[in-house]
Amino acid sequence: MATLKDLSKKKELLTGGHRACAGCGATIVARQVMLASDKPIVVVAATGCLEVTTTIFPYSAWNVPFLHNAFENAAATLSGVTAAYEALKKKGKIKDDINFVAFGGDGGTYDIGLQSLSGAMERGHNLLYVCYNNQAYMNTGVQRSSATARAAHTTTEPAGKVKPGKDRFPKDLTGIMAAHNIPYVGQSVIGMVNNDLIKKAEKAFSINGPKFLNVFQPCRLGWAYKPEETLELGRLAADTCIWPLYEVVDGVWKLTYKPREKKPVTDFMFKQERFRHLKKPENKHIIDEIQNEVDRRWEELRKRCGDM
Amino acid sequence: MSKKLGWKELPFGDSIKAGTAEQFETGDWRSLKPIWYADRCIHCMRCWINCPDSSIEVKDGKMTGIDLKHCKGCGICAFECPVKKPGKAITMEAER
Repeated sequence: MATLKDLSKKKELLTGGHRACAGCGATIVARQVMLASDKPIVVVAATGCLEVTTTIFPYSAWNVPFLHNAFENAAATLSGVTAAYEALKKKGKIKDDINFVAFGGDGGTYDIGLQSLSGAMERGHNLLYVCYNNQAYMNTGVQRSSATARAAHTTTEPAGKVKPGKDRFPKDLTGIMAAHNIPYVGQSVIGMVNNDLIKKAEKAFSINGPKFLNVFQPCRLGWAYKPEETLELGRLAADTCIWPLYEVVDGVWKLTYKPREKKPVTDFMFKQERFRHLKKPENKHIIDEIQNEVDRRWEELRKRCGDM
Repeated sequence: MSKKLGWKELPFGDSIKAGTAEQFETGDWRSLKPIWYADRCIHCMRCWINCPDSSIEVKDGKMTGIDLKHCKGCGICAFECPVKKPGKAITMEAER
């Protein structure tokens, strides 16, 4: 990977002045992924925080060609863009090599855009899909998604007398994408000191074919924590193995980060108000349940990666 | 019923210039203001790579200042700054 000093000499592709929250992680994801590209870049975004906050009419924060279509079809739209590009290239009307990226939130990727994403991956377009996963529909007011953490408070599955937040565990989308047998699938997070996300994005851009990156992105609005802790929470998610970092290259699973000491899930959870209700003694069994599930998934992943 | 338009006759939807959000100032959202101490800075770029508002100004691989027109005062730069002695190169101060 190029050093941060070298990267800082590149042109800024996402300007300030967009209307994301102070301390938003989604724009950090977008900046870091775009910096990893050494070719011109074309971006498509699904409806979601990133799209809404960066493209309020008549302003656009993108210094790259940018296209937004609808919530469910970022991957399909980008498929069309790459097909048009390839046709024009064949005719000699475009000569440049271009990287194509789609950004979708967990709502637009795990739930609403899953079929168009699956289709694009199966058809084998040369594109990178990046899911910035903040575990709920933050843009519309923190509604539950299938990526939402167990027992997290959301406005559609609130913690209260009836039940303590979400009663299901999030689904494993990275695993679903790996099952498409595409050349590159990666799971990353913002905040790692070794710049894990930039490294994975660089690797993805160097590979021809469909690529998928699932990036864990702390959200200060929906998770309710202090805005400066965005990256600290990212690191804690990796250190507690709630969000393990790994990649699947041509079907070979590999861990890219192993915490020196695996921290208890409460280190990550109790920094956030969305898990506040779990501090009550009567909810202790839910913490145990979450810890067991995180441990089980971590051991399963280690087996897959040949780490034990 | 009139004849339907083909894709070549359809009116163009809309297209706007790139990077114009720069003209929109979000600096007045701020309640905390980052203060940069140039003499303490080691130019590691950790604040720059992690700034959500692209508000750390850099030139030739060195930090040159903070763009207060767009900075929303989240404090990520100060939190991530690795400098320990004699203190962080960026600190947050209440905005007056």
